[in-house]
Amino acid sequence: MNSGDTAWVLTSTALVLLMTLPGLAFFYGGLVRRKNVLSILMQCFIILCVVSLQWVLFGYSLAFGPDFHGIIGKLDWAGLRGVGALPNTDYAATIPHSVFMIFQAMFAVITPALIIGAYAERVKFSAFLVFTLLWSTFVYDPLAHWVWGTGGWLKALGALDFAGGIVVHVSSGVSALVLAILLGKRIGYNHKPIRPHNLPFTVLGAALLWFGWFGFNAGSALAADGNAANAFITTNTATAAAGLTWALIEWWHNGTPTILGAATGAVAGLVAITPACGFVNPMNAIFIGMIVAVICYLAIALVKAKLGYDDSLDAFGVHGVGGMWGTIATGLFAEKAVNAAGANGLLFGGTHQMLVQMLIVVVTVAFAAIMTLIIYKIVDALIGMRVEEKNEIVGLDLTQQSESAYTVIE
Amino acid sequence: MKLIVAIIQPHKLNAVKSALEAVEVNLMTVTEVLGQGRQKGVTEVYRGAKEAGGLLKKVRLDIAVNETFVEPTIKAITEGAHTGTVGDGKIFVLNLDECIRISSGERGGIAIG
Repeated sequence: MNSGDTAWVLTSTALVLLMTLPGLAFFYGGLVRRKNVLSILMQCFIILCVVSLQWVLFGYSLAFGPDFHGIIGKLDWAGLRGVGALPNTDYAATIPHSVFMIFQAMFAVITPALIIGAYAERVKFSAFLVFTLLWSTFVYDPLAHWVWGTGGWLKALGALDFAGGIVVHVSSGVSALVLAILLGKRIGYNHKPIRPHNLPFTVLGAALLWFGWFGFNAGSALAADGNAANAFITTNTATAAAGLTWALIEWWHNGTPTILGAATGAVAGLVAITPACGFVNPMNAIFIGMIVAVICYLAIALVKAKLGYDDSLDAFGVHGVGGMWGTIATGLFAEKAVNAAGANGLLFGGTHQMLVQMLIVVVTVAFAAIMTLIIYKIVDALIGMRVEEKNEIVGLDLTQQSESAYTVIE
Repeated sequence: MKLIVAIIQPHKLNAVKSALEAVEVNLMTVTEVLGQGRQKGVTEVYRGAKEAGGLLKKVRLDIAVNETFVEPTIKAITEGAHTGTVGDGKIFVLNLDECIRISSGERGGIAIG
């Protein structure tokens, strides 16, 4: 047991909470129209409540509990039975098992919250709640087990995902795309983004995401050591490179750089460095950041506009696409000189690692897409996922919550 | 000269604007207003306290036109703002006595367009 490690992981836990609330809530909240901003804040808030409870009741045990044939954790740790002050040496030998559990809880919370970006401004609140609970249980928990759980089948293959590029970002991003297609476009959406109602909120949210992400990535070292420091530095470096690159692309392509572009680029950079941050050196983090800005810009500005699906706040364009690139980039730039517990990527002679990284992308895309389709069909049949047309027009704040964010006249 | 005042659903503003531009009515003033019609507003709840009859957000257009543009303007607004349900809004047509372009001092019909 190490008190320094324990203090750092507890601090990181609070930082990751900050990413969901208020970080992501305001990042997304600023991007919607003013009649829907409270619906976004409410969805983020309630996810924090619901998934926190799901996690301590049975989610943690499904994801990290004693292995059942590589596919799921057994329910031995349901209700946190046996998850206490003693370390679990399989996961983190120097901190209490309960600290590892609550750190992971915040990852389980933010992942379904990322999906909100796809169904924003048109989802029925009751259906969203049921969907979130089912998705956390049947998509996030098994996938976390496969990649991170002791005995998980992708972990056994040697998959590298330092802080959740696959488990968090690819899974939520792909599910977001499937939902955006199944739900259909918002009324009035015509291949062009609908104007954000409060960009300062979005920038505030992006900045809080950047800040909290130090806990997400450097905290994933599960120790206050050199590995955490490297993850911290690669995270900041890739994010800086991506934010700058996005602004420069806009400058060249549209004539002016925008703050929304810089903020979006930074978030894409954070996503891309997530799986790689503990395995790559800071100079290669610059490449990871620059390239993710180019790829995500193409996905959002050109591909999405052409295909016409309404991924309202670009949950797929940033998290799905950025997460896939980050996972592949890990297979490219990882080196044992940085982290002996990792592997050598393609650039350091590790062809096998590259193939493993590509495999986990394919497996995760297929699993998340199929499961999201099934859960959507069930919830849609039982409750109906989308609000009625007249409620969508009036706005979700008034029709789902009976409150409004802003007054026009006091 | 007429002053056309239209109260429409906020999300129909772009459709109305496009329809107006199609009949070469390019000048308009847009304001955000609150109102209620046959819809009777909405109920809001704050910490358990219900507030009935909250007003709904609407958009108001003020458009000054010469006589020949009156019918095309009404038609364009109707087309753009129509959904067929309550809450679509209203169009009012008022007589307009005078119109002055501030930059040049021109008056009357020539100052409108």
